Amino acid sequence: MAYSLKEAAKKPERFTGGHRMCAGCGAPVVVRHILRALKPEDHAVIGCATGCLEVSTFIYPYTAWKDSFIHNAFENSAATVSGAEAAYRAMKRKGKIRGETKFIAFGGDGGTYDIGLQSLSGAMERGHNMLYVCYDNGAYMNTGVQRSSATPKYTDTTTSPAGKKIPGKQQWRKDLTEIMVNHSIPYVAQTAAVGNMKDLYEKAEKALYTDGPTFMNVLAPCPRGWRYNTPDLMDINKLAVETCFWPLYEVEEGRYRINYKPRNKLPVAEFLKPQGRFKHLFKPGNEYMVEEIQQEVDRKWDRLLRLAGEV
Amino acid sequence: MAIRDRLSGNEATAVAMKQINPDVVAAFPITPSTEIPQYFSTFVADGAVDTEFVAVESEHSAMSACVGAQAAGGRAMTATSANGLALMWEVLYIAASLRLPIVMACVNRTLSGPLNIHNDHSDSMGARDSGWIQLYSENNQEAYDNMLMAHRIAEHPDVMLPIMVCQDGFITSHAVENIELMEDEKVKAFVGEYKPDLHLLRKEAPISVGPLDLPAFCFEHKRQQAEAMRKAKSVILEVAREFARISGRHYGFFEEYRTDDAEVAAVLLNSTAGTAKFAVDRLREQGKKVGLVKLRVFRPFPADEIAAALWKFKAVAVMDKADSFNAAGGPLFTEVASALFVKGAPGPKIVNFIYGIGQRDVKAEDMEFVYNELLNIANTGRVGSVYNYLGVKEEEAVLNGLQS
Repeated sequence: MAYSLKEAAKKPERFTGGHRMCAGCGAPVVVRHILRALKPEDHAVIGCATGCLEVSTFIYPYTAWKDSFIHNAFENSAATVSGAEAAYRAMKRKGKIRGETKFIAFGGDGGTYDIGLQSLSGAMERGHNMLYVCYDNGAYMNTGVQRSSATPKYTDTTTSPAGKKIPGKQQWRKDLTEIMVNHSIPYVAQTAAVGNMKDLYEKAEKALYTDGPTFMNVLAPCPRGWRYNTPDLMDINKLAVETCFWPLYEVEEGRYRINYKPRNKLPVAEFLKPQGRFKHLFKPGNEYMVEEIQQEVDRKWDRLLRLAGEV
Repeated sequence: MAIRDRLSGNEATAVAMKQINPDVVAAFPITPSTEIPQYFSTFVADGAVDTEFVAVESEHSAMSACVGAQAAGGRAMTATSANGLALMWEVLYIAASLRLPIVMACVNRTLSGPLNIHNDHSDSMGARDSGWIQLYSENNQEAYDNMLMAHRIAEHPDVMLPIMVCQDGFITSHAVENIELMEDEKVKAFVGEYKPDLHLLRKEAPISVGPLDLPAFCFEHKRQQAEAMRKAKSVILEVAREFARISGRHYGFFEEYRTDDAEVAAVLLNSTAGTAKFAVDRLREQGKKVGLVKLRVFRPFPADEIAAALWKFKAVAVMDKADSFNAAGGPLFTEVASALFVKGAPGPKIVNFIYGIGQRDVKAEDMEFVYNELLNIANTGRVGSVYNYLGVKEEEAVLNGLQS
């Protein structure tokens, strides 16, 4: 059946309102829509790393999760869910469990790119039947906007401040999506909540119902850390995609497919400019920073086009 | 009929795990516990168990996967030593606070640094306040028996806490000794099925596990956890009584060896008990009234019972195979001393010996030295040095305390 936002939105909510995520945050939009891709009859066990998503959705004695949910610690969301999945397999074999249960682990970029990378890598390599979703907001937002290895170069964060001598983060961001592709797992996708969120939904559905370990890297803007105007969340997402800062693509059994090619690839400055974290890039004398970022975006986009056989 | 066999401590533990047939075993190799997952994975490969063996990439993930598996309603087990246990540290506390009755074989090894793969108790002693029940084992038989009792204790509705069964690395883990095994069916009936009311896989009753627990509730949850540890005391004895009925082997919080008319006694854990018993027998032949208290249960700490047992002696040596680096005695010593103090004055004179660090050999002569020092204290009423190192080869240590 063709995707329709109207139809998807009619499905019963599995992630309820009333949680304490910020207005204008990308993460709950992403989570809610991914859970919509579950078949209504399927149960889900959802794990989550310590971070904004966890501390805002499960404050004792309240939970926003209608499926079963487990939070263990910061770096072990993947290992924790892998253990639950192993128990499910054993108990199913013994006839103790009926019906289908899907396993999903969520982590922010801090809990995924950095402290949880080993746990993620191990769980994916072992082949558990689970989906890992990284909601990437490009810094440790829960602790107050510290730089992570997902933070873009020159970003102003509280541990890579744009100072008089050092203008923000000095390193390029780690390419986690490519790292996961190189785990040779059946499905890896990079996506964002754009437009009618068709891309996000279809990738979630594919990832959830592909046998074996699957991974999704989803852009999830943070109004506090990125310092954009709260209602502009969806515009920021759109600009990330239209500038090719965050290309939408998937890798199925090693085959690359670009899901969206902007007809008019916008300059990356369009994405950077509305964000306070890049404000210093637009001061006179700092033009080189935007140029450098543009070159890197172009280089990576060209590489992706080649990998997908588009050039 | 019980099965007579000859097994190492590690193999005995693996056999117990096979008979228990848990849902998930998640483990990572580390000397000297590596053999346990090795043996166990051959049981998996041969179809002798129904378990999912999760060959994790670290001990942190081993304990994390155990948390996930146990929360999903399965029985989860692991085995580790030393640095492996240390890498689990964070998750040990979480497992206990989530009230997940995970069972671990802890094969005691010196915690780095410096790197030393041999035995002492610095690993499990470091985890003594993590909320795990800790049982200690003198030999392969006790390691096996404790493992068979572990689930019954941990999963008891009044308890619901994780448990580690400790034994001495190499000394018992790798030494092959005679052992009496129980029949599979008997073990199965004794251990029973694990049927938690709440778990992640119940579609009709989903749950959330591991909340952000703010000041309004956190204190009460931690107190309830402490209460569970207190209740574990009677459960441990109850399970031991039931175990004795089917095995003929009796267990309590501790074993008293030739203490009835003893004037002095040593208190210690694990394999050194064998050496100490040998020394006690030799000294008894010389008419010396010495005895041994071998502690089996360190968590929960049987403070009242241990104080009552030690009360009658004139002098007691608490033997610690781990240092606390607190300039005030090893962990077992400080707890035993505190139990005696709370019981009230006057009680026995009490001294501490740190011994066997990094598996420095402890011979019968060393234990005889300890007993002779105790008899000296008993006769003179004077304690020369409270904190002592036994068997260390440095002049400074000799100057600062007793030395054999």
